[in-house]
Amino acid sequence: MKWGVLHFPGSNDERDTIYALESVLGYHARLLWHGDRNLADCDAIVLPGGFSYGDYLRCGALARFSPVMEAVADFAKSGGPVLGICNGFQVLCEAGLLPGALVQNRGLKFRCVPATLTVENNTTAFTLGYEDGAQAVIPIKHGEGCYVADQSTLAEIQDHGQIVFRYTSNPNGSIDDIAGVCNREGNVVGLMPHPEHAVDPLTGVTDGQPLFRSVDQWKQAA
Amino acid sequence: MDFVARVYVVPKPAILDPQGKAVETSLHSLGYEEVGDVRLGKYIEVKLSGDGAAGVEARVEEMCRRLLANEVIEDYRFDVETA
Repeated sequence: MKWGVLHFPGSNDERDTIYALESVLGYHARLLWHGDRNLADCDAIVLPGGFSYGDYLRCGALARFSPVMEAVADFAKSGGPVLGICNGFQVLCEAGLLPGALVQNRGLKFRCVPATLTVENNTTAFTLGYEDGAQAVIPIKHGEGCYVADQSTLAEIQDHGQIVFRYTSNPNGSIDDIAGVCNREGNVVGLMPHPEHAVDPLTGVTDGQPLFRSVDQWKQAA
Repeated sequence: MDFVARVYVVPKPAILDPQGKAVETSLHSLGYEEVGDVRLGKYIEVKLSGDGAAGVEARVEEMCRRLLANEVIEDYRFDVETA
């Protein structure tokens, strides 16, 4: 399986993601530049963390209009697995591929801590490898990770099982402790925590490994 | 004709605005006790050309919806003047 990791101007976790996928998990992975118009036959796409386009205007707002995002939207609509991490989550929300939006942390502080998450839906492309209700420790590092959605959107994503991860201890004021959501089909997932920083035993936690491995199961089932 | 559009973007009332809250607290501590709610937003000035105000307003409206504001979290308003 070949993974494509998008690289926008201002991304900064794209190489960590490549390292996690290739050196730790043993997949093929390649960078895809923001100006690319195709996804080079990749089987799964990651939008990494960072500060694409300097976070100008709103986090993720400008990256959404990169040429590569048209290809990502088509890929997502045809059922391809797409993962947005941190800034990548913000980009997917701005692009309308995921519901809601991310705003400044309620406490105004940049939070950089290990977060304990509960897996609320283990049927998505990126959570099949977890037990239902499993807990995973995955680090967060963000200033704008407070998830918001209006009441009707919140009710809708609850009804359709689109809340994928919740914080056990809310670090940023996110509504309903939401750490990650998915689209209706479960092939597009976004989360603020960084699973790519939770795969290598050298750095302590490996709870992020099942997230990436889930895609193998998803592809087999497809 | 040349126009200038002045676009104001503010967080929706239902969205907590922690920056606005912090500024509100600071104004209170400076003694401005009459200050109520403070909302922090953005002011965007766009210079553009067009044949008439109505057409320009329609274009700016579209810009707001597509990029300048995120309607999930923000409200916007604007005015257009000849430059």
